[in-house]
Amino acid sequence: MKLTEKELEIVEILENNARIPIETLAKMTSLTVEETEVILKRLEETKVIVQYATIIDWRKVDGHEGVTAMIDVKVTPKRGVGFDEVAERIYRFPEVKSVYLMSGAYDLSVVIEGRSMAEVAHFVSEKLSTLDSVISTTTHFILKKYKHDGTVFDQGDQDRRIVVAP
Amino acid sequence: MTRATKTYVSETVSRLQPSGIRRFFDLAASMEGVISLGVGEPDFVTSWSVREACILSLEQGYTSYTANAGLLELRQEIAAYLSRKFGLEYRPESELLVTVGASQALDLALRAIVNPGDEVIVVEPSFVSYGPLVTLAGGVPVSVRTNGADQFKLRPQQIEEVISPRTKALILCSPNNPTGTVLNREDLAAVARIVEKHDLLVISDEIYAELTYDDPYTSFPAIEGMRERTILVSGFSKGFAMTGWRLGFVAAPEALLQAMLKIHQYAMMCAPTMAQYGAIEALKNGEHDVDEMRKSYRRRRNYFVQSLNDIGLCCHLPGGAFYAFPSIAVTGMTSEQFAERLLIEEKVAVVPGSVFGKSGEGYVRCSYASSLEQLQEAIKRMKRFLSRLQ
Repeated sequence: MKLTEKELEIVEILENNARIPIETLAKMTSLTVEETEVILKRLEETKVIVQYATIIDWRKVDGHEGVTAMIDVKVTPKRGVGFDEVAERIYRFPEVKSVYLMSGAYDLSVVIEGRSMAEVAHFVSEKLSTLDSVISTTTHFILKKYKHDGTVFDQGDQDRRIVVAP
Repeated sequence: MTRATKTYVSETVSRLQPSGIRRFFDLAASMEGVISLGVGEPDFVTSWSVREACILSLEQGYTSYTANAGLLELRQEIAAYLSRKFGLEYRPESELLVTVGASQALDLALRAIVNPGDEVIVVEPSFVSYGPLVTLAGGVPVSVRTNGADQFKLRPQQIEEVISPRTKALILCSPNNPTGTVLNREDLAAVARIVEKHDLLVISDEIYAELTYDDPYTSFPAIEGMRERTILVSGFSKGFAMTGWRLGFVAAPEALLQAMLKIHQYAMMCAPTMAQYGAIEALKNGEHDVDEMRKSYRRRRNYFVQSLNDIGLCCHLPGGAFYAFPSIAVTGMTSEQFAERLLIEEKVAVVPGSVFGKSGEGYVRCSYASSLEQLQEAIKRMKRFLSRLQ
């Protein structure tokens, strides 16, 4: 669907900060609050805005154990449905955070979150590898997140400018 | 300093007033928790690709002088940039010079053209350096005062009113610091007619040219007949968020440029080499980053100017730069009183309009190159401040 210039602006602003007050959003885009509400409603109803999510740095939360793995999966596509059917079988598991169809050496890139390596290993060996279409899996555990969806973790973004300048 | 050593200072420099911004800076710097809208520079850090290119040049050992006029490759990139962005044609070999910031370019331009006693027209409210640089070059700054009620647009008759037989040049600045006012093609064409009629030279400070938000930008030398009468001053500080790199450039017809180059080769030698390598990358691959920054400023401008008007500080929508210049007439205070009390009582730093010239009195300069959160908080505090005054 084709977005108007204002709709595009709103989407771009919200993508970086979904908690921006609607009054501020309206002023930034030179719209009234009512006009902004109408646009938001349309974007939400058409699922251009899918969800308002938050990026959490779980390492900072005491007692939060968890591991993330990226799994390269080779599969046999099926006549008529291609990769979609097996992708759906995989993404329906709640521990699967993302599934992408890839070009290159493997077919699906699957991101899994679990409480422990054992839990992830269990999922891969019991659920993922045993699917009919799956030919092979290669599991990579994430050791540290530096940047996620455009956001740098632990960014020391202090303002180094002098207070008053010409 | 004892009385005796003071006498060594030249009379010209002794008479020069220190920048009004300086005093204010000292006061603001001594306080904690200040939200500063007083900063005349981008809040973005220079894009990584530019910083990385500079680091690479250091790793490869490019640490010697460059040609006086700057790296030829950089001048070629500047020429290409001026051509594609503004439709200007300058020869990289003889009509472009890389300087230490646009500030040095201004200084060179004035020193190259001013004879003792020549008058140079400065359009107020103006950037704080113009007048003093004219004086230091041996000239006499003559003010033209634009009017807040006219959105600080420069009108041709205002120039004509101050022209004398000694008038040599006019310094233009669009988008303007501190008002954010942009002169469009018609405004510039009207100025051009006066310039031609009185055989003036124009120093066009276009350091904010990348930062206009509503209409396509017109560069002054792009106006018919003006290329031969213009010294174009610009640089990387504002549009490319490279203030600390101290890198600018000047473009002018050969005879003028060679005159500036003569001063530059004795007084400066060349602009910093590593910064020049960064600038090459900025021009080659930086356009997308500039576009993103421009978008971000425009949104913050819209928010901030609307909010100022909402809390009762009347402010025109500035077409460029990153300054709002609201009127504080409703408070009955001078701009200095307003700025000082706002700083002390609410810890928001703005710059009194009076430091930019007499016609800036009654206004304050607020830079919206701050995070949205800071701008929101500043508006909250300013609103509280204003409500206490009633």
